[in-house]
Amino acid sequence: MNAISKPGLPAPSYPPHARTYRYDEVDREFLQERIAEFTGQIERRLRGELTEDEFKPLRLMNGLYLQLHAYMYRIAIPYGILNATQLRQLAMIARRWDRGFGHFTTRQNIQFNWTKLEDVPDIARALADVDMHAIQTSGNCIRNTTTDEYAGASPDEVVDPRIYAEIIRQWSTLHPEFTWLPRKFKIAISGAPHDRVALQVHDIAVQAKQNAAGEIGFEIWAGGGLGRTPILATRLRDWVPEEEFLAYLEAVLRVYNALGQRENIYKARIKILVRDLGEEFRQRVEQEFARLPKQRYRLDPEIVAQIAAHFAPPPFAALPDNPAGFAGMLAGNAEFAAWAGRSVRAHRQPGYASVTISLKPIGGIPGDASAEQMEAVAALAERHSFGEIRVSHVQNLVLPHVRQEDLPAVWQGLREAGLATPNIGLISDIIACPGMDYCALATARSIPVAQMISERFADLDRQHDIGECFINISGCINACGHHHVGHIGILGVDKRGAESYQITLGGSATNDAALGELVGPGFAYDQVTDAVETILRTHLAHRRPGERFIDTYRRIGLAPFKEALYAAA
Amino acid sequence: MPLLENGRLVADEWVRVADDAPVPDQPAILSLARLRSEDLAGRNAKLGLALDPATQPEEIAALLPRLSLITVTLPKSKDGRAFTQARALREHHGFTGEIRATGHVLPDQWRMLLRCGVSTVEVPEGADPAQWERSRRLVDIAYQPALGAAAPLGLLRRRLETV
Ligand code: SF4
Repeated sequence: MNAISKPGLPAPSYPPHARTYRYDEVDREFLQERIAEFTGQIERRLRGELTEDEFKPLRLMNGLYLQLHAYMYRIAIPYGILNATQLRQLAMIARRWDRGFGHFTTRQNIQFNWTKLEDVPDIARALADVDMHAIQTSGNCIRNTTTDEYAGASPDEVVDPRIYAEIIRQWSTLHPEFTWLPRKFKIAISGAPHDRVALQVHDIAVQAKQNAAGEIGFEIWAGGGLGRTPILATRLRDWVPEEEFLAYLEAVLRVYNALGQRENIYKARIKILVRDLGEEFRQRVEQEFARLPKQRYRLDPEIVAQIAAHFAPPPFAALPDNPAGFAGMLAGNAEFAAWAGRSVRAHRQPGYASVTISLKPIGGIPGDASAEQMEAVAALAERHSFGEIRVSHVQNLVLPHVRQEDLPAVWQGLREAGLATPNIGLISDIIACPGMDYCALATARSIPVAQMISERFADLDRQHDIGECFINISGCINACGHHHVGHIGILGVDKRGAESYQITLGGSATNDAALGELVGPGFAYDQVTDAVETILRTHLAHRRPGERFIDTYRRIGLAPFKEALYAAA
Repeated sequence: MPLLENGRLVADEWVRVADDAPVPDQPAILSLARLRSEDLAGRNAKLGLALDPATQPEEIAALLPRLSLITVTLPKSKDGRAFTQARALREHHGFTGEIRATGHVLPDQWRMLLRCGVSTVEVPEGADPAQWERSRRLVDIAYQPALGAAAPLGLLRRRLETV
């Protein structure tokens, strides 16, 4: 069956300059084959030829997850990059097969919470029409690789991480050996010295670098993860040459697949193996790496060059920084200036900027976007950002390449769509997992806590005064809301039938990664917001001028916060 | 259990021998403990090993020259250690005998087992070989090098020649 070619797969018409990986017929044919395979598996399940136990891993690795009320369908947005055509299609799917909303996740994916099993093949085909899929967004396999939402735009970027994220995507897609791992497996890659991808909490973290000779190589870390046993990653290697990149990843995965725990689901992540084996883990990886046939797993520089071509810079115009239209608006319109102060970020190309779009309106559901909002963002991207959109790991969207002179128009467009909340990096820019509202594993509500906190601090002047502070909320110990690495982390647990919220302080997911410290006994549902307020008041009372919450905390420690929170009791 | 190879059910010349049963003078699959403890020096019939999922292939390296068959096992379909065992046996130890997948194997896994170097699979009583074959052929494109994979089509892609 060598020469089969399936006719009639139309090439989607893309915005001309969007720097997404462009599928060719082989990629499209692969998706069609995979849809046929999964459709067949659903049919076998419906006929009873597969037990639910047998079907479960198959549906999970195709993105279908059973929640509290319905199936959730999680769609891959490879390393968080979308073009306008794809975002419009997601809006269409939200309208036609969901309730008019989509939910962007911390893995830069999107999920639909109200999916019917029988609709899945149709949705999968609608995704394939725009070169998208839901493969490996769930299950014990290699998940969507995440990267910097400002890739290709950020001034501090050394290596473009999209190229290697795409290489990992292809290599890990239906990997014959690593599709039945002990547990899920998440890889993140950064190509900038400033970590914007939470490297330290990933199963494998890749820091792409350049040496003095201009060669590209990778620093590799493994064994980070949150969940009930939060552990930061361990460095395995300072430098893996580009040609051996996939060989090294193979070696790490082989050691994990062979030795990772399989009996106890809570001990099955690679972080436990790395912790338990210590230096022996690294030695085993090195041993495996030394003996695997390098030629077979060699990453050909020609392949890298071909993939890199997909991510060549868009045709930027030669423009000055701070054009009059932008500078004048900054000086003359306080509302615009407040938004720009939070949402506009420096770009490597003079005259351009990146715009972060807040999906955290006051009192809203963090990460949710309506079909209309997705369409509005798609239109703005087409007009102002070469047709490109990014999803950030804190559940916001990004227009990566906007002309500074267009910023007032972009702001207007976002305002009309209800997407111009000037709160990026402030306390209402909250990460929250779905919690009790959707998730079958939840022990407490998560979204409503985010909404209460956001409403309490609705006054944006007050938010600005408090300054940068990240609140992360999880609805159970599985930590999907990354509470351990929030400056303020909130974990909802069940305490004798009532929700109780444990608060940690001082977590961080960036270069200075740290796990938060528990302040003390938990708070009831209706006390959490007061507790957060007390914490922030304590910060304001102690901070030095301009000091961020996390820095105040590091300077003064847990005690003053503890005292303020529990003194009255 | 019926044995599937190259799309058809084939006769199985091997017998599995319990640890307390005598070793017959025909192709026999033994446990690792038995292989290590039994004096098999004078034996002419072929030998096979039932490899436990927890045993690393390097632990049996010294035995490999004597073995014509190794079974790798999926205790549950989602337990994928056999994939790495098979690959290591082929890639690191140059094992050229039969590698047989046993246990709770789904037709959906057959293609991937083959790409990791497995040669035969024990299928449930009454299994339809045609269905296994269809399942195997459903996807004939792959993005990574593997055992038995064809020449590259370009980029990371390989069309599967052996499919
Ligand atoms: S942290 Fe718990 S409640 Fe929240 S999404 Fe994860 S499993 Fe569900």
